[in-house]
Amino acid sequence: MSKFKKGGGKGMPAISTASLPDIVFMLLFFFMVTTVMRETTLKVTVTPPEATEVKKMEKKSLVSYIYIGSPTKSQQSQMNLSTKALVQLNDVIYKREEIIANSEIQKFIDSERRQKDEKQQNQMTTSIKADQNVTMGIVTDVKTELRKANALKINYSTKKAKDAN
Amino acid sequence: MASKRRGLPEINAGSMADIAFLLLIFFLVTTTMDVDSGISRKLPPMPEENVEIPEIHKRNIFVVLINKNNKILAGIGSPTNIIEINGDGSISSLKDDVKTFITNNGGSPNSSDSPDKAVVSLQNQEGTSYKTYIQVQNELTKAYNELRDEKSNVDYGKDFNRLDNEEQKKIKDFYPMKVSEAETKAN
Repeated sequence: MSKFKKGGGKGMPAISTASLPDIVFMLLFFFMVTTVMRETTLKVTVTPPEATEVKKMEKKSLVSYIYIGSPTKSQQSQMNLSTKALVQLNDVIYKREEIIANSEIQKFIDSERRQKDEKQQNQMTTSIKADQNVTMGIVTDVKTELRKANALKINYSTKKAKDAN
Repeated sequence: MASKRRGLPEINAGSMADIAFLLLIFFLVTTTMDVDSGISRKLPPMPEENVEIPEIHKRNIFVVLINKNNKILAGIGSPTNIIEINGDGSISSLKDDVKTFITNNGGSPNSSDSPDKAVVSLQNQEGTSYKTYIQVQNELTKAYNELRDEKSNVDYGKDFNRLDNEEQKKIKDFYPMKVSEAETKAN
């Protein structure tokens, strides 16, 4: 019986926790590398429509986002807006007329382009995150402006729906 | 004994784990793991001046019209002279209609010549809802994806997205996705 307990029966020796910081640091670095901080706060509500034939977006750093939807409740009361759909670029929301008149999208795409390498500029994608209840009028305007800005790769952001079949 | 008195005393690293945990929890909370997904499309470049638009024979155009009440009209021909296929305004048969249109290969005189000549023209109005538009885009994508899958299964015995780049390109060349979108019509 006591053959294996020669060490003096005072329970287990304490586990060394010296490597615990290393383990935690490893996890920390993993999350630091994978984290994408949200740069913009949404000022419009976007519920994307559902689709089945979706593709995953690659290279997040090369994607610029355009949000289309009606302004959030707090924005409506703060800025005295109606529920009419607006376009958000970075942190600013624009009315449909402003987009066309001031070519805001072209400015936006230009500034996005300037932040990237020249090599990567032709791989840039614009993701249109539009609410499912907006009408095509405003979406078409945005698309026309994108064509003018020569940003031709687009992606309609959708939720992945379960295949009906 | 003498060596212990020399040099700096060791810093206690016991709280290192706590600090690291704190940072770890911060990043855990701020991380968003969601992957963005969506339907990819390529917009046509702005038309240059004095460039003639190539004419397409009307049998090679599949027109999908979505009106402001989100009703769908599909047919083959030019928008003014359309042979209606689906007039009831529903989306259910759209995918199969597109597939039969693309794979006609000159069979029926009122349908496409060959898959690489077939063009799908999508037109919508100001008041069309984005939801319906995406549903239609989804159906069109599905039609092409299924055709590509079928062909890759016949040619290579596996699904399209399991092929290597070169094989995928061959199939894509056989079934090029030609979806043209005209300007939104005012109503």
